[in-house]
Amino acid sequence: MTPLEHYLILSSLLFCVGLAGALTRRNAIVVLISVELMLNAANLNFIAFWKFGVDPAATDGVMVVIFSIGIAAAEAAVGLALIIAVYRHFKTVNLDQINSMKG
Amino acid sequence: MDIAFIIIAALTFVSALAAISLRNLVHCALSVAVTFVGLALLYLKLGAEFVGFAQIVVYVGAVAILIVFAILLTKSSETSNEPRYSRGAIWSGVVAAVAFAGLVAAISASQVSLTSSPVAPSASVEKIGQDLMSKYVLPLEAIGLLLTAALIGAVIIAMKEKPAEGDEQ
Repeated sequence: MTPLEHYLILSSLLFCVGLAGALTRRNAIVVLISVELMLNAANLNFIAFWKFGVDPAATDGVMVVIFSIGIAAAEAAVGLALIIAVYRHFKTVNLDQINSMKG
Repeated sequence: MDIAFIIIAALTFVSALAAISLRNLVHCALSVAVTFVGLALLYLKLGAEFVGFAQIVVYVGAVAILIVFAILLTKSSETSNEPRYSRGAIWSGVVAAVAFAGLVAAISASQVSLTSSPVAPSASVEKIGQDLMSKYVLPLEAIGLLLTAALIGAVIIAMKEKPAEGDEQ
């Protein structure tokens, strides 16, 4: 049985990879991918803590992750629609070039 | 330390690293799909079967495909010679590394590792369904509303802008 610590360290690794991607990349789509990675790292933490919890009848960790997956689906749909709208306006998804408020 | 965890963790980490560092965006989308599969395998390994399969259906089946659609619609699939990283990327990398060091220090200093024998909670689909319909019925309704609003909002945002004289009518 893998100890809880290893899951926590893997999830913090994933979170920091997502953080680095969101901060360093110029393309808006890669930034959205990085945000998804960070969200998934948090989900992994919830499942790991649920598995190593003290209450055998609890389903709370699973429920939080199910709702989190639903919210992530909504977030991805709206985020990609925003990226498409920005692309139509600016003709680019390079975040360093999208720096004006009114076109 | 079991071998399955090492293999799945290495697959997940390497594909996540590839997803944020590759030049071709289609490759990034495929790598992030591999990461999602790795996470689903970890959920299955932890005994959360329903979440594992929901992860496959929602992330690999829907989110990854949406990302590929966005890449193709914004014509970002061609490899360009522009730099991939924004200005000051080194400092951002340092910030991420410091955050990771802080998290690892917090994990190793905490008491969570003392609970070494899990009681193996089980979440069967039947139990999840009953909880969704009793204890969590209000969040379920809220998320249904949220998904409907997000669906309509995404369509309206991505719709073509009307010509200017259309606003007057």
